Amino acid sequence: MPNAPTSIDPMSFNQRHLLGIEPLRPHEITAILDLADSYVDLNRRAEKHAEALHGLTQINMFFENSTRTQASFELAGKRLGADVMNMAMQASSIKKGETLIDTAMTLNAMHPDLLVVRHPHSGAVDLLAQKVNCAVLNAGDGRHEHPTQALLDALTIRRAKGRLHRLNIAICGDVAHSRVARSNLILLGKMENRIRLIGPPTLVPSQFAEFGAEIYDDMREGLKDVDVVMMLRLQKERMDGGFIPSEREYYHRYGLDADKLALAKPDAIVMHPGPMNRGVEIDGTIADDINRSVIQEQVEMGVAVRMAAMDLLARNLRASRQADQHGAA
Amino acid sequence: MTLLFTNARLIDPEAGTDSIGAVLVQNGRIAAVEKNDTNPDQLFRTRNIGAEDVTLVDCGGKCLAPGIVDIGVKVCEPGERHKESYKSAGLAAAAGGVTTMITRPDTTPAIDSPETLEFVTRRAQADAPVNVLAMAALTKGREGREMTEIGFLMDAGAVAFTDCDHVVADTKVFSRALTYARSCGALVIAHPQEPGLSKGAAATAGKFAALRGLPSVTPMAERMGLDRDIALLEMTGAKYHADQITTARALPALERAKANGLDITAGTSIHHLTLNELDVADYRTFFKVKPPLRSEEDRLAVIEAVREGLIDVISSMHTPQDEESKRLPFEEAAAGAVAMETLLPAALRLYHNDQLDLPTLFRAMSLNPAKRLGLACGRLAEGAPADLVLFDPDSPFVMDRFALKSKSQNTPFDGQRMQGRVLETYVAGEPVYRRN
Repeated sequence: MPNAPTSIDPMSFNQRHLLGIEPLRPHEITAILDLADSYVDLNRRAEKHAEALHGLTQINMFFENSTRTQASFELAGKRLGADVMNMAMQASSIKKGETLIDTAMTLNAMHPDLLVVRHPHSGAVDLLAQKVNCAVLNAGDGRHEHPTQALLDALTIRRAKGRLHRLNIAICGDVAHSRVARSNLILLGKMENRIRLIGPPTLVPSQFAEFGAEIYDDMREGLKDVDVVMMLRLQKERMDGGFIPSEREYYHRYGLDADKLALAKPDAIVMHPGPMNRGVEIDGTIADDINRSVIQEQVEMGVAVRMAAMDLLARNLRASRQADQHGAA
Repeated sequence: MTLLFTNARLIDPEAGTDSIGAVLVQNGRIAAVEKNDTNPDQLFRTRNIGAEDVTLVDCGGKCLAPGIVDIGVKVCEPGERHKESYKSAGLAAAAGGVTTMITRPDTTPAIDSPETLEFVTRRAQADAPVNVLAMAALTKGREGREMTEIGFLMDAGAVAFTDCDHVVADTKVFSRALTYARSCGALVIAHPQEPGLSKGAAATAGKFAALRGLPSVTPMAERMGLDRDIALLEMTGAKYHADQITTARALPALERAKANGLDITAGTSIHHLTLNELDVADYRTFFKVKPPLRSEEDRLAVIEAVREGLIDVISSMHTPQDEESKRLPFEEAAAGAVAMETLLPAALRLYHNDQLDLPTLFRAMSLNPAKRLGLACGRLAEGAPADLVLFDPDSPFVMDRFALKSKSQNTPFDGQRMQGRVLETYVAGEPVYRRN
């Protein structure tokens, strides 16, 4: 049975939780990506099992609908030998009026080791992390952060471009409501890339310029000579005249088609966090173009990055528990 | 009872002075104020008072100021007495040097009829050791549709009319209510805000809100609300007070309205004077207030406006919330902070930072609110009620929220170093609080 790589210096990732990209230092980001690279190899073998999380319990708590992220976390946990449990929180206690803190207390009593949480409100995962005794991974909180998505995007870019610095990267679409955009903006900024945000001003507020990004409301201008084009999903509820006049006008001005993509560098890659709205933010043929689109790779990297993140957090968790035991003895 | 405060550092907001002197109190009123002259015998001789009848209070050089008149205190009766009762609010007020609480009608149900007003007046008289005056709702249920019985409510003792943080969005309803209020001579207190823009907001638009992913409102919404209200004042001639002006952008509009002779005054909250949006840090819900905390530039502009007198009043905006309504994700958590007991120490931060002197602070906390409501208190002058606060402006301490007298302990100052404490509080010459 192949074992997980152990070459990572545990001091290089010194975090108890993964609540966002903001608290991470560049070398910690690199540590996750390096470990994830090795898990990509593992995942491509016929025998995919490792033991990094053996004996640990992972609970996935999703207060908001998710298929892809939840499946990715579940698979990542199972490949590393954790006991994985999924809790669909929308259906259960929240409806009965239980507060988030009560839920956390209940969970604590079940002694989980890794808690993967998605919640519709910004900061809710931070709040939960203050109240539980295990490692918490943020799987998306409101419009705040979605760190594993940014990490998997970074890994995808690094593998496609051979580096993760000094790239021109365009993030296009609904930046205002996107936690994916925020985490990516922070991560790619920390790694010293030039970031452009492209979209109508109703969806790309000017205050994002303070994060060091350049803002474009003309997509053609914004895409000129970029190395990476990241498209964001446009939520259905934003399309009804509230933020943009209509789907078809949006596609005309901000949908990624061959015409607009031709302005980017010839070897520019196209990314999308999924699920896609074909014909709204991205042309179907571009999404399927194996020479340009890395959308499938993103999904693959997602599992590897989540394995790496949980592995590193579990190492820190075990180390701190050992220290506690020694302290007690 | 006759009281003589000697060796006191007298803070006189009317004269704008800060000097050592003495205050004589007889029958609940201030009988004499002697500045630069602390010889009690002379005071007694001119008034035919025997020295043996007088209780001497040696202030030891500490500050004596007119008690605070706090516009906009939420006491949670009726409806949520577990958060704050008249008894607990009264004790908190006394401990904070607040001698007159002007209570808000945003209770459950709202105080929008003479009957509910009589209920709270009775409760206040029975339980609170300080003066309590009630405001009533401007519209029924604070729903912004029909005006309340403004005349009857005034007869029952309402000192002002406000829907609190609910903006009367229907301009026709608001203009009629203002017109009617003018005919009664009633003061209307409004929350200047463009409700469409501020709906659902938990933070002020800017880099911090974007970073934290919080739904936010542009600071321009406050100016838009104020601009609308000013236009309505020009139309109706009503007597108006803006509860909280918290942004730099709203100040020129306020200045113009005052220069144009409209009957307008404005307040701000102690939190907007002493905290900014960054204090929210990692979603600390005790820092969630309404309107949300602003940028540092706004905070400094508002302090300057208080100094100039453009902003007239500083309020605590005391809003008790229980643990359950605060231990939630930031967006869901209730807004508001308890503040009567921290009002003075927080305000003294501005004094210690050389931003506002003590007479200016008490002009905004005592004199101006009393004047706006037509009350005789708030002054350190002969004939005024002897509502007084004796405090040590320098005494340092670390704020412990569990030491508060309020039933709710949701203060953003928990664990913070503060400087300045209330030593004694008097209402109508009677001691209602003494620090142990």
